[in-house]
Amino acid sequence: MADSIRAFAVIAGAWVRASMTYRASFWSLAVGQALFTLVDFVAITIMFSHIDRLGGFDVAQVALLYGFSGFALGVADLLVGNVELLGRRVRDGSFDAMLVRPVAPLVQVAADQFALRRLGRIVSAVGVLGWALVATNIDWSITKVAVAVATLVSGSVIFCSVFVLGSAFQILAGDASEMMNAFTYGGNTLTQYPLSIYPSEVVKGVTFILPLAFVNWYPALYILGVEDPFDMPVAFHFASPVAATLLAAVAAGCWRAGVRRYRSTGS
Amino acid sequence: MAMIEVEDLRRTFVVRTKSGTLRRGRQEILAVAGLSFAIEPGEMVGYIGPNGAGKSTSIKMLTGILVPTSGSVQVAGMDPSRRRTDLARRIGVVFGQRSGLWWDLPLRDSFDLLARIYDVPRPRYTTNLAAYVDLLDLGPLLDQPVRQLSLGQRMRGDLAATLLHDPQILFLDEPTIGLDVVSKTRLREFLRDLNAERGTTVLLTTHDLGDIEQLCRRVMVIDAGRMVFDDTIAALQRVGGATRTVVVDLERPGEPVVVPGAVVTRVEGARQWLTFPADASAAPIVSALASGYDLVDLSIQEPAIEDVIRLLYARGGAHKAD
Amino acid sequence: MVTGLSSIGVSTRVRLYAAVAVRGFRRYSTYRAATVGGVFTNTVFGVIIAYTFVALWEQRPNLGGYTQQEALTFVWVAQALIMPVGLLGGGILEEFAERVRSGAVATDLHRPTPLLWWRLAEDFGRAAYHFLTRGLAPVLIGALLFDLAWPRSVSTYAWFLIAVALAVGVGFAIRYLMGLLAFWVIDIRGYLALLTITQLFFSGMVLPLVIFPGWLRGLAEVLPFRCLVQVPADVLLHEGTGTEVLPLLALQLLWVAVLLFVGHLLTAAAVRKVVIQGG
Repeated sequence: MADSIRAFAVIAGAWVRASMTYRASFWSLAVGQALFTLVDFVAITIMFSHIDRLGGFDVAQVALLYGFSGFALGVADLLVGNVELLGRRVRDGSFDAMLVRPVAPLVQVAADQFALRRLGRIVSAVGVLGWALVATNIDWSITKVAVAVATLVSGSVIFCSVFVLGSAFQILAGDASEMMNAFTYGGNTLTQYPLSIYPSEVVKGVTFILPLAFVNWYPALYILGVEDPFDMPVAFHFASPVAATLLAAVAAGCWRAGVRRYRSTGS
Repeated sequence: MAMIEVEDLRRTFVVRTKSGTLRRGRQEILAVAGLSFAIEPGEMVGYIGPNGAGKSTSIKMLTGILVPTSGSVQVAGMDPSRRRTDLARRIGVVFGQRSGLWWDLPLRDSFDLLARIYDVPRPRYTTNLAAYVDLLDLGPLLDQPVRQLSLGQRMRGDLAATLLHDPQILFLDEPTIGLDVVSKTRLREFLRDLNAERGTTVLLTTHDLGDIEQLCRRVMVIDAGRMVFDDTIAALQRVGGATRTVVVDLERPGEPVVVPGAVVTRVEGARQWLTFPADASAAPIVSALASGYDLVDLSIQEPAIEDVIRLLYARGGAHKAD
Repeated sequence: MVTGLSSIGVSTRVRLYAAVAVRGFRRYSTYRAATVGGVFTNTVFGVIIAYTFVALWEQRPNLGGYTQQEALTFVWVAQALIMPVGLLGGGILEEFAERVRSGAVATDLHRPTPLLWWRLAEDFGRAAYHFLTRGLAPVLIGALLFDLAWPRSVSTYAWFLIAVALAVGVGFAIRYLMGLLAFWVIDIRGYLALLTITQLFFSGMVLPLVIFPGWLRGLAEVLPFRCLVQVPADVLLHEGTGTEVLPLLALQLLWVAVLLFVGHLLTAAAVRKVVIQGG
């Protein structure tokens, strides 16, 4: 584990240094990333110029959901977003080159072409989150702070796992980076809004099948003190770390199975 | 102990065939069908075969990328598929058609990164880098991004990158593909010196038989997943059916010469080509020519390896050194 | 060079560009897995956005002059247009920039056919493929899941197809101009990112422009981007007569003409630059 983190840092560091040689490009791309995240939020504020509540949530409360989700996706995108290139790597054979190096292939796939500019996403998500924390009148307690911090970490782990699951799937299905977008960026868009606007089937799906609801929805219900419109167990409010751990375990298993299959089928 | 030891290695692939719109057939293909060989430390062995013969499948099994269906492999005393990561520190792999370097990074950064990935101690890295930069003439290229390098420059960079961690075994897959004559010669010289001075074991896969002739004493030929030849280059040239050629320049054009044991196959003005079995001695033919005709010049051509290999494939038999 | 075709007959020219367009179509039709993945992804996004619109229009029926049905139709039309009009950048732009960077563009510029028209024809082929696959499939799925407003008159569909074709032209011209930037700027990726965001936002993709607040809507109306999504959607939704539709199409046509003309001038400048400086 320590070895893997060190290897990740070494490879990512080389990419950061390389990207800094074109400073102007780096900054314009970073700003681009930040704006990408903000555009959706601007759309939400435009929606709120016509209404006061969306799915029972006011604009500050939606901003909180938005900030949690954007932060989690931003961290995952920064750390492991490049795994979506795996399908292409399998096809062009560069994955083979990774398998003959003494570093875990997942670390190499994730760290290769590490793009620090993706911090832009995180920065704007943090901005929205900051505003949300000021604008909502949350009655803070130690538990709520703990839940909020746990949410940031768990959400990031959940989206990291989604990325890894998608890339494991690509070992079997070939280049499916397009389809991955539906789960990663699609999952982000879905969780930017209160789940109360979706039918209960969708909510069950993102609770029990792909637990995206734990990225922000359940902990936010607790932090904001809002009643759950779907009457799910109250324990879910605190279950984000559990969901994250489970999904991470599943993702790790699938990744390992994918690599094993690759090495035994020579796909 | 042998550096590489392969015993009855097999690898099957399942191919799904489309038969009709809905039905799908399942077909097993035997890509490697019972390979056995051993390579001693310090050997430099040529590994050739037609496309689809199982070369890259077997190399993938030797390097741990692919798991064998059956049989045993030991590389540097390890089972590659079980101890892929440990083995990675002891071997170097160069895939000729794709680079192991980072496309957008300057060459120097790629080297530096690999040294860290392989935990090469700093002093060792500095010494190695200096040595390879010098031997492969990489100095002026170090600060260029890899994508700007020519094919030959990139290959030299790839070789240096693969050697930074002092691998005991080097797997080279088509290292001279697409290179011009000068780059090719340079690369071959480098490999020869590396093998001689550092004792690095080299397994060289190539389509360029010139590489094999100039570098390897031993050559393994596989076809359809089986070893059809495993012996010295000299033995390869004497494989039954192969012929050598005498080229003579006579003083003036004339009728085809008549020499026992050789047949004239081509006449062009005063120049004539005579072929004779590769395993026969050239001496009686040369002396017969010299005594019976007025010669300006005479040379003997060894059989082209391409032709010999074609004969080998056609014959389908196996030849192994004892 | 740019006028090298003038000596060739019109019918020959039409046939040449048709062949180029067919090639563009075929080229993209080989990426089956990407198409299937794209249909899936566009559908997922369509569903998510549709629910947000339902939530909005339930509280504000007739917001922006759209009924809920019409707003939902807008969602799926927008999803259908993402790829054809190249809202997210897409093939030709990056490929073009890469060719400029590698110098391969020199051969393009010295072809007897003008680069601009060649690329336009090719992009029409690509757009046709994307419209028929990644465009239509999500709309059909959307129609199964949601109650959409389908125009009844056949002529509306005909107008709509013309509007889509013009949108493809505008989209191409914008991306072509961005691609030309590569002749003067080393790394255009930053500019591309900014263009993509601007395009998404001011095309109507993110939200229909009709619900933008006043000043923002004013800004959107003077930019060419609304020709990409909002205008074709309006042509479909306002099941109107020629008098309502024609000004919209004229607006698109105007933008196509202006942008392609600028593209033509800049191509000539780029050619001069390549000729003088060797790329």
